[in-house]
Amino acid sequence: MSLSKIKFDKKIVLSFWIILIALIIAAPAILPVFRLNLLGRYLSLSIVALGVDLIWGYTGLLSLGQGIFFALGGYCAAMYLQITSSSEFPNNIPEFFALYGVEKLPFFWEPFRSPVFTFFAIWIIPALVAGLIGFLVFRNRIKGVYFSILTQASLLVFFNFFNGQQKLINGTNGLKTDVTQLFGQMVGSESMQRLFFWITAFLVIAAWFFAKWVVKGRFGNILIGIRDDEPRVRFTGYNPVIFKTIIFSIAGGLAGISGALYTVQSGIVSPQFMTVPFSIEMVIWVAVGGRGTLLGAILGAVFINYAKSLVSEALPASWMFIQGGLFILVVTALPEGVLGWIQGDGPRNLLQRFGLKRKIETYPSLEVKNKEGINE
Amino acid sequence: MELLLDSLFNGVAIGSVLLVAALGLAIVFGLMGVINLAHGELMMLGAYTTYVTQLIFKLPILKPFYNSYIIVSIFLAFIVSGVVGILLEKTIIRKLYGSPLETLLATWGVSLILQQFVRSVPLAYGTGLVISLLIGLFLPTSFPSKIKESINFKYYKFSSWLFAALTGVLTGSVISSSVSKLSRASARNVDVTAPSWMRGQVEILGTAFPKTRLMIIVITLISVIAITLFLNQSAWGMRIRAVTQNRQMSDCLGISTEKVDIITFGIGSGLAGVAGVAVSLLGSVGPNVGGNYIVGCFMVVVLGGVGNLLGTVLASFGIGIMTDLIGAGRLLSIWPDMPLPLSNTINFFATTSMARVMIFALIVIFLQFKPTGLFPQKGRMVEN
Repeated sequence: MSLSKIKFDKKIVLSFWIILIALIIAAPAILPVFRLNLLGRYLSLSIVALGVDLIWGYTGLLSLGQGIFFALGGYCAAMYLQITSSSEFPNNIPEFFALYGVEKLPFFWEPFRSPVFTFFAIWIIPALVAGLIGFLVFRNRIKGVYFSILTQASLLVFFNFFNGQQKLINGTNGLKTDVTQLFGQMVGSESMQRLFFWITAFLVIAAWFFAKWVVKGRFGNILIGIRDDEPRVRFTGYNPVIFKTIIFSIAGGLAGISGALYTVQSGIVSPQFMTVPFSIEMVIWVAVGGRGTLLGAILGAVFINYAKSLVSEALPASWMFIQGGLFILVVTALPEGVLGWIQGDGPRNLLQRFGLKRKIETYPSLEVKNKEGINE
Repeated sequence: MELLLDSLFNGVAIGSVLLVAALGLAIVFGLMGVINLAHGELMMLGAYTTYVTQLIFKLPILKPFYNSYIIVSIFLAFIVSGVVGILLEKTIIRKLYGSPLETLLATWGVSLILQQFVRSVPLAYGTGLVISLLIGLFLPTSFPSKIKESINFKYYKFSSWLFAALTGVLTGSVISSSVSKLSRASARNVDVTAPSWMRGQVEILGTAFPKTRLMIIVITLISVIAITLFLNQSAWGMRIRAVTQNRQMSDCLGISTEKVDIITFGIGSGLAGVAGVAVSLLGSVGPNVGGNYIVGCFMVVVLGGVGNLLGTVLASFGIGIMTDLIGAGRLLSIWPDMPLPLSNTINFFATTSMARVMIFALIVIFLQFKPTGLFPQKGRMVEN
């Protein structure tokens, strides 16, 4: 009875996609600008959630530092936008440099004059950084909680660095993008925002297919193997370090793309993207949606953020309670997440509890085994 | 020489705050392999306890004893944070043994709730709540065993909770009516003022040391000695060490691992409360005060290794001294005529935030050579 095993008719699938694409194209006409912009932001966050699902849901690596790669992508995009729209300012460099008396562009800004370089930098730089951090950690067989703590520590390293360097990247103020120009138009303008919404929506779909492709086949099986029993994978002759590094840098690249899209839609990138709470929130989107389901990550990111904005508008103080409760609830009561619960035995068990459905007859030994598995 | 002494003292002072904060975390982590992300918020509770104690000691009845409030608050903070920790263990963490990553997320949820709790609940009623928790959790265990084993024990338990709730509400309203500062919820930071005997400085060997810093070092010293004695000399300490080494075997030998978990978690949380007292002496107290220290504590635990207090001690003093050396640019004053590129690099890192960057980088490099910290646990398992 599980959803994942139902084979839909091809026509139904096709019409679903047509409706979805039509909705995406028509969304700017239906939604007010403010809501459209919010939806676009949440969709871009769902790309980083996909990355978290790949490393946590499939490979079992709980990274609390995805904010690094998210912000790096955002900074790459913002640096390009700032530098291409700086022709009126003194010395032809972005405006904020004048505040700190900097006259020469720092060397690492130079390549960002080129749009081609920026296009690749947005995802390659975060992926490389993730690969480096991942390799250094995985090489020593550091895992579990240690890995989480180290990623959180590196998040703080990056936060402190970006926060403290006014003369290089405007420190705690961050880089504004909404008053910069792209293709001769203001990035913050309505037409550009509409364009970004469409790009985001289609990139989410593309990222979803990409993630599905990654976890399919032997590569995906090894990832799941690492999650469930890493020593066994190693004894079978695979080197987990390589696979973990690859998947961690893929997640980093996805986070970079997501950060760039989020930046152009929110109008600013700042070290706030690298704070500890934001990176842990990314994990809870996946946990609520359902880890190891990919689609759950996307839905979780969009719906939780939407709920956050609705609740915060109505009752600002209560969101922290709700969010804290969500963390506790989802790990104690719903470890599979909502989508995992639906795809698994959740609905059937619920119906059974109310006596609406007959219990499946099983060997008692199997049931005992299942219970033990839960208690582990 | 004077410079060196000064630097050493500063390093030890930073390190001792880290140590007292990380001590509880290290014990809990050693036992359960769980990082308690709410540890910082338990520290915050300790800091707020100091603040509440201070205000209560300003009441006319207790005014003569005002100077001793800081000593009292150390014990109170231990109890408050310990009780909250025990509640946390009993309700959430117990369900999640064996899945450390899930515990990590759940405790983060707890930390969010605690942060918002001190923002939106008046401290007076918060105090009342803690008192009722204290009574509710401990009154049933103090009954004679005849009652405990009787079939009606659940009614006794229920009535003791009822009594606890009543007492809590009563104390809450008494405090809120007598201390106006505690009767309203506020998200603003509060300040703890040290009693007069702790202000000023002491001169040792021609260098002046602030007394609050010395007090923190003393608190840390006492906590470390007390914990070492407890773990190494008492029966429960032995049980805790046994469970840390091998949970299944200890269980088989008749040690109640459930009780060991509660006691360890309670002590670990209580130590967080003591750390909160120390932190409240250093600066203003707010809902986010714990977050500033928590990552430093993690680093201490990662660097020090599991199940060895000596590692925790060395790691925190090492980090403290390095922070001071790098952050204050002291290497430059010790060695004034170093080559230009080197001194430029040192100047680049000579701020508090950049010192952190450097320290974390150094720790990551260190872990390349010793992945399990200074004193790793020895064993023959594939997984550690």
